[in-house]
Amino acid sequence: MQRVGVFVCWCGSNIAATVDVEKVAQTLKQEPGVVFSTHYQYMCSQAGQEMIADTIREYGLTGVVICSCSPRMHEATFRKTCQRAGLNPYMVEIANIREQCSWIHKDREAATEKAVILGRAAIAKVHLNAPLTAGTSSVKKRALVIGGGIAGIQTALDIADAGFPVDIVEKKPTIGGKMTQIDKTFPTLDCAACILTPKMVDAAQNENIRIFAYSEVQAVKGFVGNFRVTIKKKARFVDETKCTGCGLCTEKCPQKKVPNEFNLGLDNRRAIYIPFAQAVPKVATIDADYCSMLKTGKCGVCSKVCTAGAIDYKQQDTFLEEEYGAIVVATGFNPIKLDKFDEFAYSQSKDVVTSLEFERLMNAAGPTGGTLLRPSDGTHPKTIVFVQCVGSRCDDSKGKPYCSKICCMYTAKHAMLCREKYPDTDVYVFYIDVRTPGKNFDEFYRRAVEEYGVHYIKGMVGKVVPENGKLKVQASDLLGGRQLHIDADMVVLAAAIEPDESARPLATMLTASMDTNDFFTEAHPKLRPVESPTAGIFLSGACQGPKDIPETVAQASAAAAKVIGLLCKDQLVCNPCVAQPDELMCNGCSSCEKVCPYGAITYINKEFRGPNRTTLLRRVAQVNGAVCQGCGACTVACPSGAMDLKGFSNKQIMAEVDAICR
Amino acid sequence: MPVNEEFKPTIVAFCCNWCSYAGADLSGTNRLQYPANVKIIRIPCSCRLNPMFILRAFQRGADGVILCGCHPGDCHYTTGNYYARRRMTLLFSMLDYLGIERERTRVEWVSAAEGAKFAATMNEFAGTVTKLGPNRRLEDLRCRKE
Amino acid sequence: MIETIKRISGVNPRKCMKCGKCTASCPAYDEMEYHPHQFVDMVETGRIDELMHSKGIYLCLSCFACVERCPRSVEPAKLIEAVRLAVIRQQGGDHMTADQIPGKLDDALPQQAITSAFRKYRK
Repeated sequence: MQRVGVFVCWCGSNIAATVDVEKVAQTLKQEPGVVFSTHYQYMCSQAGQEMIADTIREYGLTGVVICSCSPRMHEATFRKTCQRAGLNPYMVEIANIREQCSWIHKDREAATEKAVILGRAAIAKVHLNAPLTAGTSSVKKRALVIGGGIAGIQTALDIADAGFPVDIVEKKPTIGGKMTQIDKTFPTLDCAACILTPKMVDAAQNENIRIFAYSEVQAVKGFVGNFRVTIKKKARFVDETKCTGCGLCTEKCPQKKVPNEFNLGLDNRRAIYIPFAQAVPKVATIDADYCSMLKTGKCGVCSKVCTAGAIDYKQQDTFLEEEYGAIVVATGFNPIKLDKFDEFAYSQSKDVVTSLEFERLMNAAGPTGGTLLRPSDGTHPKTIVFVQCVGSRCDDSKGKPYCSKICCMYTAKHAMLCREKYPDTDVYVFYIDVRTPGKNFDEFYRRAVEEYGVHYIKGMVGKVVPENGKLKVQASDLLGGRQLHIDADMVVLAAAIEPDESARPLATMLTASMDTNDFFTEAHPKLRPVESPTAGIFLSGACQGPKDIPETVAQASAAAAKVIGLLCKDQLVCNPCVAQPDELMCNGCSSCEKVCPYGAITYINKEFRGPNRTTLLRRVAQVNGAVCQGCGACTVACPSGAMDLKGFSNKQIMAEVDAICR
Repeated sequence: MPVNEEFKPTIVAFCCNWCSYAGADLSGTNRLQYPANVKIIRIPCSCRLNPMFILRAFQRGADGVILCGCHPGDCHYTTGNYYARRRMTLLFSMLDYLGIERERTRVEWVSAAEGAKFAATMNEFAGTVTKLGPNRRLEDLRCRKE
Repeated sequence: MIETIKRISGVNPRKCMKCGKCTASCPAYDEMEYHPHQFVDMVETGRIDELMHSKGIYLCLSCFACVERCPRSVEPAKLIEAVRLAVIRQQGGDHMTADQIPGKLDDALPQQAITSAFRKYRK
């Protein structure tokens, strides 16, 4: 029989106002094994903790029950207190009489009765508790960053700065991500490439950073501190070590009709290409879908012109397995497809473009060399209509339910740049709300209206009809109380953004949870915003939710700080509440092995003593305590009841059930 | 059976540590009321719930048992709630066979953010069980108090 | 009365975020005194009498462009339909029979308006 001490907390008036704490302490004193029972104003305070520690020593307590707030709040606190007093920290049980009793009930009598029952259940459980010792596992001091956009680059640079090696895996042929396609950045209007490309070069030159471009994560095994990741390096058909990035092959390639994804299909590139001048790594890639050498075996021009001899038509996908201590997800976003919004005539007219396409049309390295021209006929547009919230803030059946956050600002930027470069254009922005929280953001939007004369109209565009080279825009002006008909030359749609399509399969590999919109969920929405609930997985940038560049960079550095904190440790303390098989009862059926999501269970053949000095070889389950996360799936699957979970054993839970139903 | 107005059922709620237990805490933080006869037992994951525990609860005189876990796809341990769902489906048919009213046992998915849903579920479940009256069929009279 | 309109139409006007896309889509905008986004607001704020006495509700073509385009699936046209129905119910019955309709047609009337009229007055 354990010697149990019961400590009932008032929590000021939070508990004491609804629960008669004195009565609870007295009633629980009558329970078997309880040698001490008291109540106190704040158990979690310094004085309260001292009292617990003193009592443990004085009464020689072997078990402690604390009736207080949720164990999610202070279980760790009280465990530490007991450890200081020389008691095993896992001999503590918390009865949650605040969140699950005093705060939800008004009737004092009923609440007191419930508090007593919850206390009894905790006492019944603590009688069956056994001292547990947490094991430790080692930490592989290397981090993996998945996604090489500005988020991934910043995270990698910060981790590398702290002296830890980092690998960046990027599925595109170059790192840089969406920011490479952007022309200017709000609210300062500095050029995106000018601030991004030095960082890309830094990443490439940093000796702690390895960049796996044109690669994908294929499989993830292991757990925090010890992830084993298989990376697939897709065949570029160009030897990265030999290619100098001179670009001669991209000029000579006869296949000229390949849509250029870097310019969002607004112009064409060759079958062998370097996405843009500042690409990192600056290495050519052959597009296997278009290369006639790879498709028909006839051509070979690039291999003839390449003086470095880097072209290798026989290259295959290669796979490498690496070990990491921490993984950062930075998979970013994409604008949604607009086929559901045909009222804006996106598929009917080339002059209806998305905002990202508009960025390319304004960019000096874009298809028009930085002159704003209509994609259909190459003329200067005189009237431009911007439509906000296309696919954002929609009913689930029609689009994305969330606000994409960045559109208000980039639309203000586009409108401002149009008016600045081409003062003779008329610019209309149709908005539902203008959302500009952020440093210098609202000032920026007001400047677009006041200094640049952009027409901001509260209302929405109902339909766009291409007619005789013009776009007939029908829209509402809600504040003016009229319906507008505008003959526009261009319509720019602020398409909602969504997580990259690679995020969902990646989340499954990482066992990291996602919300219904496929954004990664953070461990706590306020207090742990850059960690995933899965230990060792961190979140950086727009994969967690829509973000602009400053926020992305801030989160990227925050994620790096968390990774560094993890990699600094030599040993990680494991959760001691893991599964444990009773080898004598185990019949070797493998049921537990099949349900274990972590592969923590293996089977070995073990010798047991049989009758008359014989030995028996039996197949029994073994649990790797460092890998087991303690979910308990195996305990229920086990047909012979051999598998049990430490800290939540069958007997403990049943004792709680009995105490509650008594 | 006439409904006894004074009847206060004993309800055991098994809540997974990561979602539903936090959801229950949230309903407390938001001061959302639900009946005092609902008592929560914390388990690491809904897949830790051995159907045996439910039978034990009924045997010891519980009038209703509810299992709360993370929403499908949101399990902290990836797949635990799927196992729980399958096991509970099997248990339900067994309870049917034993003649226990279907409404006495329930599985609900409550996330850590759904404090309001937790309280509403508990209110509704307690109401349902109160209408059904005490569980007599599986109760082991030898275990009864007094 | 608000409840009746909500029940007949099955529309929850609170879902409206006042973007005005319905009004932007409306082909009968110039004829109507109240416009789709105003219908929704009037039901939400309980100004149903005004709406019932408005000629505008009969000028709605029931083309359902507003229903189709609304980003939040509020379905303003269904509210109008419900208001028209409420007017009819209040008047105690159907005022028009099928054989009266041909007399009211003229050649310029679009086919859609006739279909819509059947839909309106059938109830």
